[in-house]
Order: sequence, then C-alpha cells, then structure tokens
Amino acid sequence: MRKPKWGFWVFLAPAMISFILIQAIPTLMGIFYSFTDWNGIGSQKNFVGLQNYITTITNDPKFAHAFLFTFAFSVCAVISVNVVGFALAMLVTRKMKGANLMRGVFFLPNLIGGILLGFTWQFIFVQVFDALGKALHLDFLQGWLSNTETGFIGLLIVVTWQLSGYMMIIYIAQIQNIPDSVIEASEIDGAAGFQKLKSIILPLMMPAFTIGLFLSISNSFKLFDQNISLTGGGPANSTQMMSLNIYNTAFSEGRFGMAQSKAVIFMLIVMTISVIQLSITKKREVEA
Amino acid sequence: MAKSRTKNIGFGILGTILAVIFISPVLILLNSSFKSLKEIYLDILALPQQFSFDNYKQAFEKLDFLSAFTNSLVITVIATVLILLVSAMAAWVLVRYKTRCSKVLFLVFSSALLIPFQCVMLPLVDFMSKMNLMNRPGLVFMYVGFGCSMSIVLLHGFIKNVPVELEEAATIDGCNMFQTFFYIVVPLLKTILVTVAVINVMWIWNDFLLPSLVINKDGMQTLPLRTYLFFGQFTKKWDLATAALILCMIPIIIFYLCCQKHIVKGITDGAVK
Repeated sequence: MRKPKWGFWVFLAPAMISFILIQAIPTLMGIFYSFTDWNGIGSQKNFVGLQNYITTITNDPKFAHAFLFTFAFSVCAVISVNVVGFALAMLVTRKMKGANLMRGVFFLPNLIGGILLGFTWQFIFVQVFDALGKALHLDFLQGWLSNTETGFIGLLIVVTWQLSGYMMIIYIAQIQNIPDSVIEASEIDGAAGFQKLKSIILPLMMPAFTIGLFLSISNSFKLFDQNISLTGGGPANSTQMMSLNIYNTAFSEGRFGMAQSKAVIFMLIVMTISVIQLSITKKREVEA
Repeated sequence: MAKSRTKNIGFGILGTILAVIFISPVLILLNSSFKSLKEIYLDILALPQQFSFDNYKQAFEKLDFLSAFTNSLVITVIATVLILLVSAMAAWVLVRYKTRCSKVLFLVFSSALLIPFQCVMLPLVDFMSKMNLMNRPGLVFMYVGFGCSMSIVLLHGFIKNVPVELEEAATIDGCNMFQTFFYIVVPLLKTILVTVAVINVMWIWNDFLLPSLVINKDGMQTLPLRTYLFFGQFTKKWDLATAALILCMIPIIIFYLCCQKHIVKGITDGAVK
C-alpha cells in the first residue's frame, strides 16, 4: 500500500502534542525543578544543586517514615491482594450455582473510587467496629484508625477489599486458559489436591501472576485516594504514605522543589521495583 | 460423585459467606443512610425506625449533586471520546508505518506508563495555570495527554492482528487516508474501542487528585471532589454522610450493571499488555 509520508505525522499529531505537553515536558521540567528551591508561588527558582535530595535522604524523618510505611504496606498488600484474588478465582471457577453472582459481588468494590471507599470504611471502622466492640466487649474492635497499627491494618483491609476482585478477574481468565487435557493428564498420573495446585496449576498461572504482581505493586506504592480519605495520614502523620507525603510537602509546606525531588526518588523506586519484579516473574513463565 | 457433590455444596456455602462479607459494608451503609443520627449512635446495625428519604434530600443539596454529577459525566464522556479518537489514529499509523521512528515512539508511549502522577503534577499545574487552562476544557486536555499512552498500547496490540488487505483494497478504490481510517479501520476496531473506553471511564470518573488541583472551584467540581469537600464540612454527621456515599455509588452501580461484560473483558484485555 502506498502511504503518503504526511499521513504518519498528521494522524500522530493530536496524540503527540497532548502527550508532549501533558506528560513529557512536565516530567523533564519536574526533574529540573527538583534541583531548585521553587516555592510554588513566585516564578523565581534558584538552582540549589543536590541540596533537596541530600535533605530528603539524610534529614527528613517524616519522609523516611512514609517510605518505610509504604514499603511495609506494599509487601503486605501485594501478598493479601493476590492470595485473596487467586483464592476467589479458584472458588468461582468451580461449577456451582451462583458463581456468576459471586463474581459480580467480589468485583464490585473495584469500581467504587478510592475516595468513596476510604470514607465508607472510615464509617465501618470508626462507627460500626466501635459499636460492635462495645456491645460484644471486644477491645480490639475499639478505637480503630486512632493509632498506627489499626491505620495500617485498616488500609490493608480497604485495599484488599478493593483490588482482590480485580486480580480475581485476571486470574479467572488465566485459569480458563489452562487446557482441560493438562489437568486430566495430571489426574491420571495421580496428582491430586495440593500437588495438582503446586505442580500444574501454579506454574501455568505465571503469566497472570506477572501482571497481578505488577498491578498490585504499582497500585499499593502509589496509593493516595484511600490514604487521604481513610486516615488522612493521621494520627500525627504516622500512616502517611509516600504520595501523600509528596503532596503535603508541596501544598501544606509550600516546598515545591523539595516535593519534586521526593517525587523523582519515588519514581526511581517504583520503576526499579517494577522492572526487577517483571524480570523475575517473566523468567518463570512456562507454556502448557 | 457423591463426594464431589458435597464438596461443591461446601464451596457454594463458603462462597456465599464470602460474598456476604464483601457486600456487607455497602449494606450497612445503605441501612444507616435511612436512619437519624441518634439512631445510628444508639444501635448501629438496627433497621431504621421509619423509612424516610430526608437524609438523601439534604445530602443531595449539600453535595450539589446535580451539578457535580453533570460535571463528572460531561468531563468523562468528552475526555473518553477524545482519547479513543486520538489514540486510535496514532496507534493505527504506528502499526502501519513500519519505520524505526514508529518503534521508538511506541516505546516512548509505553514507558510513560511507569511514570507516577506525583512526578508530573507540580510542573503540570504550574504550566497549565500559565496557559490559563485551569478549567474544565483544560482538564479534558490533560486527561487526553495522560490517557493516550495506555490506550495507544492497547490499540497497538489489537491493530497488529488486523489484516491490512481491506485497507489496501479501500486505497485502490480511491479512499484517502481519512476515509480509509473512518470507514474501514474504525468499524474493525469496535470491540477493542469498547474495552479501552471502559478502562478510561472507570479511571476518569473516579479520579480525585487531578480535578482537585485543576478545577477546585464552586460549580466546576466533580463527584469525588464534592464528596471529599462534603466530608470536610460535615465530619461526624454520619446520617448525611452515609446517604451521600450511597448517592455517589448509584451511578457506578448502574454503569456496572449495564456494562458488566465489557468491564470484565476490558480488564482481561487491559492486563495482557
């Protein structure tokens, strides 16, 4: 087919222009601003070299705490989201009544945005848990979200509730891709129960795990909406995650340059972890 | 046989229990939304004493629901349509022109998926306010810029498997590039376009941070933004708050019931990249 050369650029132009203006230029500007003392209000930006990075890394206990909190949270969230998601997928792919309805219910929380979810669970944790705890005399149900531990577990519950249905959908698609003949062959060879799961199903699920892990890692690392609406980072910034820390550094403290250097560090962390995870799980993918 | 049947009943019961646990926060919320504040504090799980829509009426007004809903809807629809158009055009030429330039550009679009929003937001807002684009059209434009990379990646994967012969025939019959694209290519992309649309709608409808930075002015706010402000104003007014949350969930649940199949397909396809 003969294609005019102008066609390429004409068709590409709208996407290119918006991409360059909205993503490419701001990213590059952001990296540049991270070396300045920009305060967000004036247009004056003085070059300060690596000062922001040095301060962030050596002398910012709040950011260090946010990093550790985010890291610990992501490890727990990735495990719980994927284990629950996989278990749900195994459950609803059985031939039984109501399996479709169950799928729908498990998936529904995913569509409700982070802000709504955070406030919904704030009500459940602070009002419902507390009332139940008083009625049943269970101490551990009282005073939720008022300390770091319950804030952490609360966030974990919210994110698991939201994302496991999404992972379930991905895992269902992969389970249905496993040919029946492979399962039958393994059964004839005497594999059953746990052995079948470990030696046959899990290895064939690897492509889905690559995606499931990738999505849950990046979602939990970048978590913002649920954080701001569930705990707001409190009490005393103890449940503040990295995204919220960057946001507060800019908009509460007015240190835009500093926030930008944190954002660049944040980007490097997210990219590194994602690339490592992709290369590890990709290697383990096998074909049926 | 008998053994596997009891086993399946067991799993059926387990699944039902899990489903009830999953849906219970929403049900508790729904129940509370019909109660007075006193009733909520008195006994949180009891059914409402009288069935009244008073909370809803008040929440509806305080949320400025109609205007927020309209804003959300208009922004979501226009941004999604533009993303589809712009990305389909770009993805098509990126597949059909097999040059090194296409390869590099595609790589740029797909690696942009790894950049966290936090890294872009401050310079972007700075830049947009200088361009006088801190308004709804500006927000739509930003969504196109953010949305096109993911959409191009998905469409690119699909178009690769669309046979080129139809397009060649159209060219021979005298179609120019625009005619070929709109009359031949777009109809062939229908399924993937629905998928990409669903993914973008889910993201834009629920997005909070970007609108909060760009259009945080009375009358312009979207639903997530109004919800957030509402909670700032009425902390502890749980009778109104629960009604407000249910109000905001209704459009999402309707959307889900209408497009369940496409949503599930959207996620599965979207995950393949």
